[in-house]
Amino acid sequence: MGYVAVKGGNEAIEKACALFALQGMNGSSSPLEVAQIRDQLPLAVDRVMGEGSLYAPDLAALAIKQTFGDTLEASFMLRAFRATQPRLGYSLSLNTEKMRIVRRISSAFKDIPGGQILGATSDYSLRLLDFDLLEDDEARRKAFRERVFSTLPDNLELPETFPKVISILRREGLLEETPGINAKEAVLTDITRQSLTFPASRSAALQSMARGETGGMLTLAYSSMRGYGNIHPTLGELRIGYLPLTITHPVTGEPYVVGEVKVTEAEVLARFQGKDGMPKFSLGYGFCFGQNEIKAISMAVLDRCARAEKPTCPAEDQEFVLYHIDGIEAMGFANHWKLPHYVDFLSDLDRLRKAQDVARSSNAKEETDAAE
Amino acid sequence: MQLNEWLEKDSQARSTGEKAGGYPFGFMDDGAKKEIRRSILKAVAIPGYQVPYGSREMPIARGWGTGGVQITLSMIKPDDILKVIDQGCDGSVNAVNIKKFFASVSDVAITTDTLEATIIQTRHRIPEEPMTEDQILVLQVPYPEALREVEPSETETRRMHAEADYSRMWLYLYEDIVNYGEITISYRYPVTVNGRYIMDPSPIPRWDVPKLHMAETLLLFGAGREKRIYAIPPYTAVEPLEFEDHKFRVEDFTGKACSRCGATDTFLDEVIDNMDGGRSHFCSDTGYCDKRYDTWNH
Amino acid sequence: MEPLIRIRGLSKQFGQGCERCLDATGPEHDTNLCRYCGSVMACNDVSFDLYRNEALGIVGESGSGKSTLVRLLHFEWEASGGTVELHRSAGLDNLTDLFEANSDYSRNLLGLTHFQKRQIRNALMGIVYQNPHLGLRMQVSSGGNIAERLLGAGWRNIARMRERSAELLEKTEIPVARMDEPPCNFSGGMQQRVQIAKALSNKPLILFLDEVTTGLDLSVQARVLDLIRNLRNEFKLSMLVVSHDLGVINLLCQRTMVMKAGRVVEAGLTDQILQDPQHRYTQLLVASQL
Repeated sequence: MGYVAVKGGNEAIEKACALFALQGMNGSSSPLEVAQIRDQLPLAVDRVMGEGSLYAPDLAALAIKQTFGDTLEASFMLRAFRATQPRLGYSLSLNTEKMRIVRRISSAFKDIPGGQILGATSDYSLRLLDFDLLEDDEARRKAFRERVFSTLPDNLELPETFPKVISILRREGLLEETPGINAKEAVLTDITRQSLTFPASRSAALQSMARGETGGMLTLAYSSMRGYGNIHPTLGELRIGYLPLTITHPVTGEPYVVGEVKVTEAEVLARFQGKDGMPKFSLGYGFCFGQNEIKAISMAVLDRCARAEKPTCPAEDQEFVLYHIDGIEAMGFANHWKLPHYVDFLSDLDRLRKAQDVARSSNAKEETDAAE
Repeated sequence: MQLNEWLEKDSQARSTGEKAGGYPFGFMDDGAKKEIRRSILKAVAIPGYQVPYGSREMPIARGWGTGGVQITLSMIKPDDILKVIDQGCDGSVNAVNIKKFFASVSDVAITTDTLEATIIQTRHRIPEEPMTEDQILVLQVPYPEALREVEPSETETRRMHAEADYSRMWLYLYEDIVNYGEITISYRYPVTVNGRYIMDPSPIPRWDVPKLHMAETLLLFGAGREKRIYAIPPYTAVEPLEFEDHKFRVEDFTGKACSRCGATDTFLDEVIDNMDGGRSHFCSDTGYCDKRYDTWNH
Repeated sequence: MEPLIRIRGLSKQFGQGCERCLDATGPEHDTNLCRYCGSVMACNDVSFDLYRNEALGIVGESGSGKSTLVRLLHFEWEASGGTVELHRSAGLDNLTDLFEANSDYSRNLLGLTHFQKRQIRNALMGIVYQNPHLGLRMQVSSGGNIAERLLGAGWRNIARMRERSAELLEKTEIPVARMDEPPCNFSGGMQQRVQIAKALSNKPLILFLDEVTTGLDLSVQARVLDLIRNLRNEFKLSMLVVSHDLGVINLLCQRTMVMKAGRVVEAGLTDQILQDPQHRYTQLLVASQL
């Protein structure tokens, strides 16, 4: 067979892309609308926004549709899109006490000022498949809504914001001084403009984790909780809600609220020997876009782990954690092994053949020496 | 510009469906290009030293050439002539994919002729024909750190480079010779640049390492995922790590020739012909092979 | 004759420190831990001279600061204070601006950059640790361990490095046939001897021995100590021998320093200290030796 130089590459790639697109057109169901994904798969949208590091629910929904539900690829799309957008500026510092709460709990105390607000969560549901959902339609939904709302009182005064649990601990002198608040750390690093160097500043570490891949962070945090580490964390507070986004108005220079973003924030407490010999609680902080409690809790645990004096396990090694939790980088590199590597392999073959030659000749020499 | 004005302008640009959704020439914004150019200049000023930079995300996945792409995009001008190869081949999937991306964000001419190109972006090979002072070679790098084989920590390898503390790398080579009689490193063969830094030349085969020494052309190395840029300026000494009694050797192609153009002095790909294991060899540098083939067949 | 190396006021403190640290720690308080601020005064105001071709012993219990002293002199830890000066005759002329034109002694070595310290360490010093895992790369061949120092000094000929490794293995009574085996396969005594071979590879002027025979069987100890004594005679080394065992000190060292809670409590000729200890703690130490 004559050698055909690999020149059909362009066509092959185009057909491959087309085949991939066809995958999303299987069966006889009608095309998914982006609005359906945004409205009915909100947790997937939240996860993609968090890992894509761009708060844009419609775009996240589009990405999920385009990638047929591969949330890692969808996050990649958002990241790539983000890289093309011009940087207008930074928001002002946002105080999460101003969050418009939809869920807020603390495991550290039985009850807290403002109360334990369970909010929307599946934590207490039984993991049984609901076959009624196979017949989901507007009528069923209407009936469900009416049932739920009929049990609610007409007038219910709800506070918009709630005090932070850790403020209580701080007031009583039980919480360490927050590291990184002193002047040296007051300059924020922007990891999209500067690459990470180690030891990483706290702002760089938190930014990296806020856009980290949920599964990867969970694995590392889990290893620490299970015993490969010394952190015994208690969830001081988990809050989910809408945070007003404030910028400096471009004309008046005054603080100006441009909208709100839904975020999850987790604060984890662990015991710690303070610098002046006084034992105190230390804080691990987790934060991400949308509702993603697993990620926020894992991030808080990893934040706390990173402050170990001497890392005794991978989760405490800041370099190990920060280099390996970015899903887009990890996925890209893992996938790159599918690219042609035949020149590298041939180079390897050459080395192996030479090394075998050497081994054979030294074996032969040993034999002739032994024979003599 | 007022925020409202910008929003207006942006939505207009999107609705008119300009080239690649209204991206500037070369995809990246001016700020990004400037930063990358500054990093390149710093890299050229310190041959072999890995300069950290704010690597931008590209529509191509990390690990698939984003470092090389960012370098090329930060330098490319409308009158440039671009060649892109992967494993030496212009038609390889990765090269084709990258060329498609470049075509959508710039109007530059594309060529398969090494001597015609002004910029060549390559993955894992250096073209057989020597390049000149008027050209630039951009190499895609998966692992910028030559010392990673002996030390996983970035903090530690940076210290090792800063203090020229390379004994562990040399020890690795010594152990290879003790265990196998040969240095077994094939691609990513470590080199000393300008007598100072040990550098990873990217996964080029040994065959291509001698081309780095005193090259006439500028060599730029981009690692997008690892966020490092490094460079070898023209006419720089680049020496593979070797011992006086165990010298560096390139791959051995004695007795083999390209079945297509007959070349006996190029890096040859080995192709398995049939299930019986019959082998043929072809020039890895397909552009060069084409030229030789066309010459002989006219 | 002038000392090869002069140490003055060497100190190492862990923790922030406070004004009361100095008064709250030391042999009279039986601790090196300051109870006011939690800082540890591991090594406090240690001064001595080390001459060519002499073995100086440092004896004390755990926590006395003797190992800290070695870590500081071997440039593994940053000192909190003090000076270390090298005599010109050490022959480090290739290191620029180490010596001022008219002085016999160098600048304070503790103030040099990491790079310079490493150069001095490679040229001048060798170290043998109690735990061979600290001094050796267990997965690298014994010959490789020895070669590492040579490679760091710029040797680039495999055959010559192997020749030198073989030479040193012979001197330390290790079968040369085992040169390509990693030390993780060797017995404790043999691992110590590989460490010694490694420490001698670059012909150092100063050898640090940190509790090198502790934990070995008595017969093995005797063999290693014998080897060390012979090597010192042959190579005219200066040695700093750290041990809690007066027997080891007595065998190897002409002079000795006794440390407790980070300070030197007594110093002098080994014979004198053993026969007529002055300080209360030294008397206790001598009396409690079996």
